[in-house]
Amino acid sequence: MISGWGNYPRTGARLSAFCSLAELRTLLAGDTPLIGRGLGRSYGDSALAPTLLSTACWNRLRSFDADSGLLVGEAGVSLDDIIRVFMPRGWFPPVTPGTRFVTLGGALASDVHGKNHHCDGAFSAHVAWCRLMLADGSIVRCSAQENPELFRATVGGMGLTGIILEVALRLRRIESAWIRQHTRRLPDLSSVMQAFEEANDASYSVAWIDCLQQGGSLGRSVLMTGEHAPATAIAGLGQPRAPRALGVPCNLPGWTLNGLSVRAFNALYYRRAPRERTELADIYRFFYPLDAIHHWNRIYGRRGFVQYQLVLPPEQGRAGLPAILEAVAAAGQGCFLAVLKRMGPAGAGYLGFPREGWTLAMDFPARPGTFRLLDRLDRMVLECGGRLYLTKDARMPREVFEAGYPELDKFLAVKREVDPHNRFASLQSQRLGLT
Amino acid sequence: MTASSTDPGHVLILGGTSEIALAIAAALARRGYGLILAGRDADALQREAADLEIRHGVSVTTASFDALEPATHPAFWQSLNPAPAGVVCAVGLLGDHGVARTDFNHARQLLDTNLVGCISVLDQAALAFEQRGEGFIIGISSVAGDRGRASNYYYGAAKAGFTAYLSGLRNHFASNASRVRVITVKPGFVATRMTADHDTPALLTAQPEQTARDILRALDGRRDVIYSRWYWRWIMLIIRLLPEPVFKRTRL
Repeated sequence: MISGWGNYPRTGARLSAFCSLAELRTLLAGDTPLIGRGLGRSYGDSALAPTLLSTACWNRLRSFDADSGLLVGEAGVSLDDIIRVFMPRGWFPPVTPGTRFVTLGGALASDVHGKNHHCDGAFSAHVAWCRLMLADGSIVRCSAQENPELFRATVGGMGLTGIILEVALRLRRIESAWIRQHTRRLPDLSSVMQAFEEANDASYSVAWIDCLQQGGSLGRSVLMTGEHAPATAIAGLGQPRAPRALGVPCNLPGWTLNGLSVRAFNALYYRRAPRERTELADIYRFFYPLDAIHHWNRIYGRRGFVQYQLVLPPEQGRAGLPAILEAVAAAGQGCFLAVLKRMGPAGAGYLGFPREGWTLAMDFPARPGTFRLLDRLDRMVLECGGRLYLTKDARMPREVFEAGYPELDKFLAVKREVDPHNRFASLQSQRLGLT
Repeated sequence: MTASSTDPGHVLILGGTSEIALAIAAALARRGYGLILAGRDADALQREAADLEIRHGVSVTTASFDALEPATHPAFWQSLNPAPAGVVCAVGLLGDHGVARTDFNHARQLLDTNLVGCISVLDQAALAFEQRGEGFIIGISSVAGDRGRASNYYYGAAKAGFTAYLSGLRNHFASNASRVRVITVKPGFVATRMTADHDTPALLTAQPEQTARDILRALDGRRDVIYSRWYWRWIMLIIRLLPEPVFKRTRL
């Protein structure tokens, strides 16, 4: 049995790794639906199918231009790999999600975003080109200029156009491996939204919201902004070591995360956060706090959890976000932390998630009450003209998906052209009619 | 991470696309050794060479080498530039034992690959290192060569021969008072494509990186014959000590 990062849903699947293009072609020749899989960090059912093509062996670096920072890597190369090899040389991924254990192929297929989306856009904005193998075994290179429709269907396309082989990524020059981090406590939602607007020049910004607060302290949060620290600011600090990760050895019993423990944790977290402070944080602490706990997803127990990430347009967000947070707090379904972030304009992908506005991500234990609540939240999101992130999704109804993605038709036109027999299909794509 | 101040030279890796070979290559590259990856599949070698070069910042070249063509080995050795300071022989073919039992061509292929081809190319290395007065030869043999078993005795016979060859070569250089080292490596189960179709016990299965670390430790120290992981020394000791009337009835 295999699952996404949320441990929900689980399904039987055959995991086949390919170590050469010839092996990959042989795997494509079968007839069960296939989908690529990297490090399994998408949460729901987007990397689940009867046959999973693992990129675990397809993880070599192909070339690196030390002048421009252009790195060509195979789909299975992880951001962790890139950081270990290139950070000591003064380069960093231009966009990184909240975990470094994602692959280039997965990052492009999900068109992931990071704390710098409002300045730098999503991952694909820094991809010079990619190559993919289509269902017929042919290999095509695409970019914003070369085969642009295929590129726009592939970035954020959840692996449904073909198997991504290589990605050419422009790394960012950094002077140090440290971030000058500014942390602020904010008492409610309107003050944190205001603070985001004021921090629009910050390279990185994100807020953690205590979802248990209601009424006057609805949206009580801690806002973190950051800048790459210049070499002059880190005298003597040198290269940080990746923290030795603690692990969660097994699924925790379902009662571990109860109202009391969570309330205590959130109170502690908010209390411990400084009212306002600037300090140096190494990149592991700033970007990847959860990577310090291997298998943190197991804290939700055997039944797993679902993540719900939405984005609302800027104006609608002002009214929509409080209503959504109010509904979540009132429902008491065990969501305790939410991540809020200001997003910049949409990228190239037809199915790309980011768009100008506010994005909010929340975890819920996978249980019936959660699904009823999420159905209610779906309607609120649609009323605000928002949409949900496919990479986090395990349960979105088809009409919610279709209403949120106006360029779906363009995606489907490309999909039908390059994959007429639907060789590439995930449980998610079948659920949502992406055929 | 000990990039030494003097250039330690290049190491020739034979069978340069196997996972054990690549793990050793990466470990050597981290020490600043340049690499020559040799094997049959030019595209695969090129892919590995680029990756090692980018990750470790050392020079990595490739060379075409076929263990099954011993006649080409002298010219192959002469063509290597720069001349290697050491060689790792990770050529290996597990083959299909069932096929080998009924088709002698396959049985011969196992012997030719795992024994004859290795001896042929390492003879070239031995001559060159003897002339120079220094160098190292690391031969990846196998625990399968310690005692013939029903499940893989062609492979085992070849590895037993290879182990004996390495032992003799080491004896030659020791009595010769030269500074040429010969290290015999006997891996047990290693999680690679070679063993992917075989159900190996998880507790006794090493990762290629662990085997590479064991080998580098041997290169640093004075050990001549190492098992990887270490516990195989004791497992194989017991297996070798079993009296034949007992051993012949086992299903190991």
